[in-house]
Amino acid sequence: MTESTTDTIAVKADHLYKAFGRRPHEIVKKLKAGKSRAEISSLGVAAVIDASFEVKKGEIFVVMGLSGSGKSTLIRMLNGLWDTTSGIVTVGDTDITGVSAKELRDVRRKSISMVFQHFALLPHRTVIDNVAYGLEIQGMNRVDRLAKAQTIIDLVGLAGWADNLPSELSGGMQQRVGLGRALAADTDVLLMDEAFSALDPLIRREMQEQLIELQAALGKTIIFITHDLNEAMFLGDRIAVMRDGRIVQIGTPEEILTDPANDYVAQFVQDVDRARVLTAASVMEPVRSVITKTAGPRAALRTMRDLQTSVTFVLNRDRSFAGIVRDRDVLKLVKSGETDLRGIIRDDATAVLPETALVDLVEPSVESELPIAVVDDKNRLLGVIPRVTLLAAIGNVSTNTGALPVVMPPSTISISQITDILAETADDTPSDAEGARA
Amino acid sequence: MTDFRLPLGSYVESFVDYITATFGFVFDFIKYIFDGAYEAVDFVLSAPPFWAIMIVLALLALGLRGWKFAVGTIAGLVVILGVDQWANAMDTLALVLVASVIAIAISLPLGILAAKFDIASNIIRPILDFMQTMPAFVYLIPALILFRVGVVPGIVATIIFAMAPGVRLTELGIRSVDKEVVEAGQAFGASPMRILRQIQLPLATPTIMAGVNQVIMLSLSMVVIAGMVGAGGLGQQVVTSLNRIDIKLGFEAGLAVVILAIFLDRITASLGDTHSTGMFGTIRLVLRAKTKPDISAAEVPGSASTAAPAEPARV
Repeated sequence: MTESTTDTIAVKADHLYKAFGRRPHEIVKKLKAGKSRAEISSLGVAAVIDASFEVKKGEIFVVMGLSGSGKSTLIRMLNGLWDTTSGIVTVGDTDITGVSAKELRDVRRKSISMVFQHFALLPHRTVIDNVAYGLEIQGMNRVDRLAKAQTIIDLVGLAGWADNLPSELSGGMQQRVGLGRALAADTDVLLMDEAFSALDPLIRREMQEQLIELQAALGKTIIFITHDLNEAMFLGDRIAVMRDGRIVQIGTPEEILTDPANDYVAQFVQDVDRARVLTAASVMEPVRSVITKTAGPRAALRTMRDLQTSVTFVLNRDRSFAGIVRDRDVLKLVKSGETDLRGIIRDDATAVLPETALVDLVEPSVESELPIAVVDDKNRLLGVIPRVTLLAAIGNVSTNTGALPVVMPPSTISISQITDILAETADDTPSDAEGARA
Repeated sequence: MTDFRLPLGSYVESFVDYITATFGFVFDFIKYIFDGAYEAVDFVLSAPPFWAIMIVLALLALGLRGWKFAVGTIAGLVVILGVDQWANAMDTLALVLVASVIAIAISLPLGILAAKFDIASNIIRPILDFMQTMPAFVYLIPALILFRVGVVPGIVATIIFAMAPGVRLTELGIRSVDKEVVEAGQAFGASPMRILRQIQLPLATPTIMAGVNQVIMLSLSMVVIAGMVGAGGLGQQVVTSLNRIDIKLGFEAGLAVVILAIFLDRITASLGDTHSTGMFGTIRLVLRAKTKPDISAAEVPGSASTAAPAEPARV
């Protein structure tokens, strides 16, 4: 979620239906009575069936679906380009269903603007006049609107192109004009209809990144339509997946990916670049092999023996992450009768924040046999990600079946040896056990 | 055969009789207006010396298409002058201009109406089919009755005959404007009138101008028929030469029609072309380049002209 997201509702869709045919209301009645889309196909086409959602202010809400899933129809109902057959659309505090054409135009001028798939620029106007178009309709005078348009042109990275015609620009630049036109209108809500789908992949990625930057800077509410799941995952704070006119799931990208509502969504998301969407927090495992710094070497050794590992994580008193200790070092310490772990704590383990994408964990995971530690912003250890977990998450394989996964590197010293050492030195530090298994 | 006979002709005849008797004053009024318009335009074209008209038309040709066409225009007009058809050619030009302007003035709104409303389109289309395919001589008969011999029945018949492509191409042009661009206008809250004015008409201009071009060409092709009802001009000459079997006169008058046709066709064709090579196009570009930076540069320093070559590699 973006920080600017609040709980204020910017756009609300309440049981929206849109049917095309001779008698659309009859189609909707039948759909409400439980008929399927196929059953009413003789009467006409049900483009959108019972779509309900709320978009919070400052949120990027992505509607994703294949062509024919009704997403373009849905977005056009949100600004009243198409009437709803049934249901209510609310923009801000205004219910735009059934209002007069004049009131609707007013809402469009002030509250909701749109970016189009094929840019839809006015070809006979220069870039600056295109960007200023919304302001012109709002009734702003020429000097003011051109000044404002110029700042927007600079903002979207088109400085120096203000006086060119759209036909003189490349596709990516034309869409910047389209985006600039929507931004200049200074509405709270931006509708983006497959806005980047006509661009080639490199430019598309650049535009996506720029959109996120702009959104963070300007705090607009964005409703983004796309058929590209990776785009949806990259942009969306929340995603609504549409199929055959119905919204089949609404959730954060991770929810969609890790907990698909049905086989369709599951099938759909199987090709997504999981490494870019899933975060450390969503795949990390609980830490078993962990001791506090003050617990002493005997406790550390016992923990490692019990879990048959060669490494254990060490926490400070305030439960923040201190580092790791290895069994050989601890063994030496125990043999020599020392009680302070501090001297042998190593910081080889990589610590990452929970929101780190898996793709950024691959390199540290390759470089070290140790699991990656996941810590929060106060450096508290939240969990660990062993290699096997990372691989399983990226490959979409469940780790919950079969034997326990190998979480930690296996012991390098035999258990009997450890037990013997512990027994030999038992009387030195009788109170050691209490620090184990924190 | 049988006694079966549809008396459609009689119906139309009584209808024409009826409106002649009842609405005669309306037609007198129309006749008065058309006559006045024709006389005025004809005066403008015929009163000045031939060289003045030649210079004006050549300048128009220079402005809209370039110097080659201007030279061609002068050559053509000299030929018309040389075959002693100048006065007739000006009469014909006046007739074509008046008829075309009226035909366009009627057909553009009809085309817009047809583009905006399917019902209007469904009503207008068969009427246009009728107007376009009914032999043009047939209009002359009621036109003669209603307006009597002279220029006006010629103008009226010409208007009816020439209107159809104007309506059709206006409708086509507006309907084929990119739907998304129209949606963009709506999405930003523009009113339907504003969308028509700022988006649909400008984007449909090339198609509409093709329609205007067709209207003018069809008007010109009607001048001979108009000549038969006493409209004068080159048509009159052709009709006369036909009656006298006068090859010399027929060829010269016909050639003058062709020269006028080529001139009008090229001129109107270049009106629809936004990338005009003529001087007006150049002037427009220069003006655009001159006015824009003044405004933006005044508001935002370092924009427009100064930053022009900046970051073309961004995208």
